[in-house]
Amino acid sequence: MITVENLTKRYGPHPAVDDVSFQCEPGTVTGFLGPNGAGKSTTMRMICGLTTPTAGRATVSGHPYQELPNPGREVGVLLDASAQHAGRTGREALTLSAYTMGLDRREVAAKLDLVGLNAVAAKRRVRAYSLGMRQRLGLAHALLGDPRVLILDEPANGLDPEGIFWMRGLLRDFADRGGTVLLSSHLLREVEAVADRLVVIGGGRIVAQGDKNELLAGGGTVVRARDSAALRRALEVANLSAADSSEGLLVQADAEAVGQAAADAGVALAELRPASGGGLEQLFLTLTAGESTKEAVR
Amino acid sequence: MTTTTAPAAGAVAPRHHTPVRRPSLLRLTGVELRKLVDTRAGRWLLITIGLTTAAIVTLQLIYAGEADQTFLNFFVPSLLPVSVLLPVLGILSITSEWSQRTALTTYALVPRRERVVAAKLFAVMLTALASVLASLAVAAVGTLVASATGGAGTWEFDWSLVLNAAVLQVTSVLMGAAFGLLLLNPPLAIVGYLLLPTLWGVLGEMVKPLRGPSEWLDTSKTMEPLFSSDAVTGGQWGRIAVSLLVWMVLPLAAGLFRTLRREVS
Repeated sequence: MITVENLTKRYGPHPAVDDVSFQCEPGTVTGFLGPNGAGKSTTMRMICGLTTPTAGRATVSGHPYQELPNPGREVGVLLDASAQHAGRTGREALTLSAYTMGLDRREVAAKLDLVGLNAVAAKRRVRAYSLGMRQRLGLAHALLGDPRVLILDEPANGLDPEGIFWMRGLLRDFADRGGTVLLSSHLLREVEAVADRLVVIGGGRIVAQGDKNELLAGGGTVVRARDSAALRRALEVANLSAADSSEGLLVQADAEAVGQAAADAGVALAELRPASGGGLEQLFLTLTAGESTKEAVR
Repeated sequence: MTTTTAPAAGAVAPRHHTPVRRPSLLRLTGVELRKLVDTRAGRWLLITIGLTTAAIVTLQLIYAGEADQTFLNFFVPSLLPVSVLLPVLGILSITSEWSQRTALTTYALVPRRERVVAAKLFAVMLTALASVLASLAVAAVGTLVASATGGAGTWEFDWSLVLNAAVLQVTSVLMGAAFGLLLLNPPLAIVGYLLLPTLWGVLGEMVKPLRGPSEWLDTSKTMEPLFSSDAVTGGQWGRIAVSLLVWMVLPLAAGLFRTLRREVS
């Protein structure tokens, strides 16, 4: 369980995160979506007590992160796979953390095995790891203390398609057994495949959140007519806003309202359907349009 | 890539375990000691410190007059190069967390950062004490070799010198750690640590009004009695204390404040 209440972080006058609130329930995977610089990482660092919020608070399993007696046993954190000492071996990096948490040495081998880093890879220094291997090591690190909560920042970065598929299964399984997962990504497909809930952030603010299916259903309607000027007038009369898309006009209303507006104006439609084809991508682009261009300068 | 696709589902099951205790300071100190030796850079720094001590004693065995080849004369000179290298150990122990970005992991596992800092200080202090033992051991070997090869090989020794040596090495490593905490960047901290006291020493020589204060504030001057075989007087201890307040205690306090508040990313 992760609770975020009105988290705000300002760097000078620039708000990197602006009044962000959401909740991650046990048994669910929450996808934390947004373009680069939207404030995902800053929010996650604030949840983990690594960045002090300007305002607001966050709790993990009911406690502020700093008050967890042995955080690694409660919440597994992977914020940056590259943040490992280049001169340590993969096994040594895990051993240090296992010793800090008071875990049995055997957990290290078990978790290395789980993420598919074999004995040869474990003995190599992290300097020689590919990004994909670092992600696997980071995931092993997050799972090391058998936590009930996982906080992962862009864990699919650098993984090959097979690795991404594997990780999806792992996270789904973790949530199905009662775990809580917060997973950030700018790879929309990745999140769409595994998340139950979505929190979409742009320019430091939450622009949409809720059940994945509900959010996707709200993608609007695609409508096309031979006489598109007449259709446009008809939609204007009905007070429906329409935007051009490659497939026709994208209207933020359900198919029934759009069909009625066209019928009232006597416009013959060539196509009328929910805009589900683009799925999350459409939603994502609609919601964060313009935000991505003013990426946080950090 | 060395990966396999073995979901091994059961292994990621979130378990409900008994309430967990926070890691003790002893445990954290053990972790920090391990971090000092588990990288090539750290290991070589420690090996260099050991080798320097051995080299000094060897040089004396070759070049010092036979009458001077005593335990005392082997022990005291070996302290100086170590007292120069130990601060680097202190600096790297603190700053490598930031330069290698392991702070992200370290402080996520132990969010009470002051506990990590305390563990690091304990770890480098233990290393400094161990270096004194190493100096004693190397001096003892030197003395044995000297008596076998015709040197004086006398064991006369005032044990208060061990206390002086311990004070010297522990404060050296802590001064380094303090600069590391304050500057949080390895090159900056090392240069700062080496340059500032030297600069102060030069200024103290050049600028007349500074000569008085520099008697109290220049660590290279105040610590000098710790190298001599004469007993350190009360006044000398006072000067050592004052100079350490400026070069060790103040940077430690300011550095701790900075480290506790700094954003980890």
